Amino acid sequence: MNAPVKTSKLIKGATGDWEVVIGLEVHAQVSSNAKLFSGAATAFGGEPNAHVSLVDAAMPGMLPVINEECVRQAIRTGLGLNAQINLRSVFDRKNYFYPDLPQGYQISQYKSPVVGEGQVKVDLPDGESIVVGIERLHLEQDAGKSLHDQHPTASYVDLNRSGVALMEIVSKPDLRSSEQAKAYVSKLRTILRYLGTCDGDMEKGSLRADVNVSVRKPGEPLGTRCEIKNVNSVRFIGQAIEYEARRQIGILEDGGTVDQETRLFDAVKGETRSMRSKEEAHDYRYFPDPDLLPLEFSQDYVDALKAELPELPDAKMARFIAEFGLSADDAGVLVAERESAEFYEAVLAALGNRERDGKLAANWVINELFGRLNKESLAIASSPVSAAQLAAIIDLIGEGTISGKIAKDLFEIIWVEGGDPREVVEARGMKQVTDLSAIEKVVDDIIAANPEKAAQVAAKPAMIGWFVGQVMKSSGGKANPQAVNDLLKSKLGL
Amino acid sequence: MSVDAATVRRIAHLARIAVTDDEVPHLQGELNAMLAFVEQLSEVDVEGVEPMTSVTPMEMKKRADVVDDGEIADKVVANAPASDNHFFLVPKVVE
Repeated sequence: MNAPVKTSKLIKGATGDWEVVIGLEVHAQVSSNAKLFSGAATAFGGEPNAHVSLVDAAMPGMLPVINEECVRQAIRTGLGLNAQINLRSVFDRKNYFYPDLPQGYQISQYKSPVVGEGQVKVDLPDGESIVVGIERLHLEQDAGKSLHDQHPTASYVDLNRSGVALMEIVSKPDLRSSEQAKAYVSKLRTILRYLGTCDGDMEKGSLRADVNVSVRKPGEPLGTRCEIKNVNSVRFIGQAIEYEARRQIGILEDGGTVDQETRLFDAVKGETRSMRSKEEAHDYRYFPDPDLLPLEFSQDYVDALKAELPELPDAKMARFIAEFGLSADDAGVLVAERESAEFYEAVLAALGNRERDGKLAANWVINELFGRLNKESLAIASSPVSAAQLAAIIDLIGEGTISGKIAKDLFEIIWVEGGDPREVVEARGMKQVTDLSAIEKVVDDIIAANPEKAAQVAAKPAMIGWFVGQVMKSSGGKANPQAVNDLLKSKLGL
Repeated sequence: MSVDAATVRRIAHLARIAVTDDEVPHLQGELNAMLAFVEQLSEVDVEGVEPMTSVTPMEMKKRADVVDDGEIADKVVANAPASDNHFFLVPKVVE
């Protein structure tokens, strides 16, 4: 943990450089139909208290029965995080009072979580990679929701979320900058979405993080940490860390001490502030939940889940690089969202010659398609150009039927009008002219019309570019550029 | 192990039970009597014995991931001292 830190990661203070140390507790809502311990729906929204069973409302005598799908999803997530899977784990009660917690305790896992230590490889924007340790992953219940702005003297409580399964994924304090923390959360989200164990929708609260931040002079022991609760976007996580690190450095450099406390991030002001300090430290009095037996499953069960895991982003990225010669950047862009990778793979599957055009296809997906989708704020699922259509356009380029330039016009036509690219090329005469005699005629005409320029070429060979331009223009962009170049060189005596 | 008066007040507070100062000495005595009783267990040597969380010789039952409950908001709030449009109403709690 005391590996040398790149100086670029340090924060400059009045008394020298400071290192920020960050650990994250990410709460990810498990993708399931029903809740962790009841048969009520997990669907987002819904009328107040509609998705609530008497178990979720903690009515007397109700007993929890675990949803096996939530267990399966937790194990699959653990496998995706290269983590230890514990064949036996225990549910505990975490006791505290709050109106949106009807049981008076949250069923969670304390000493024996279902998933133990693991690790995640995180690629950073500067091209560097780090490995972030996972401390544990455990299953627990979500609480209900309180609304404080509906009534002057009352809070409204809706238990629709009460009992929904969460995975709490705890990292080791391995992160050293807001950039790293943001990249880690993004990577975690990508892995969860590949696995289909959490939809990763941060706006709906499906993924949120508690951020632990402390600062120290490099090489010194860990400083006192503050925990920033419930930050619900990657950007806010970055802002909260930046603000909190500077706040702590300010206190320490003024000779003060940091109080260990829980803080809130105010997204409007971009700052963290103390939650009205509880009169005492949390005392959750964890103990094993007597309503639930230990959670046990076999190694065979785990092995079967492992065998069925989908290809995860790291493996997919490596394969794209190895098979199609993509750059790490391009491969990274394609695998960052599951939908993007799936679209690219659908294009690959439809290509006539994958080995030849795989890299070209990546360029087209990233530059033309993503560029255009971004411009129109469209999600890839609603792309007007299908993977099959894009593959057909790339086939036409790869086999030399159309030039790259014409292909962009063709893409535009397909985007607006739809249709079969190959038929559009035929119908509108967009084929590249590779017929040498036809090109030669154009070349001859241009040279004949510009004798003085033709005379200058011998002295200024770069002038050939002007001729290429003229020929392409006169052919409506359909002449094969290589053929044009070759012809011009021989005709002009270069 | 025994508890002092401050611990009694703290336990009462954590359990949200109102305890007057007059009641503290009595409760302290009762809690300490219970603790002394349980203390006998520490005479048993449990070196190397895994803690037992259940005495039931069975595996935990699991449910299938099927929505078969809920949509009973009337029942859920039926006993609430105050409710509005199926929300529970509680005295205002704001951080």
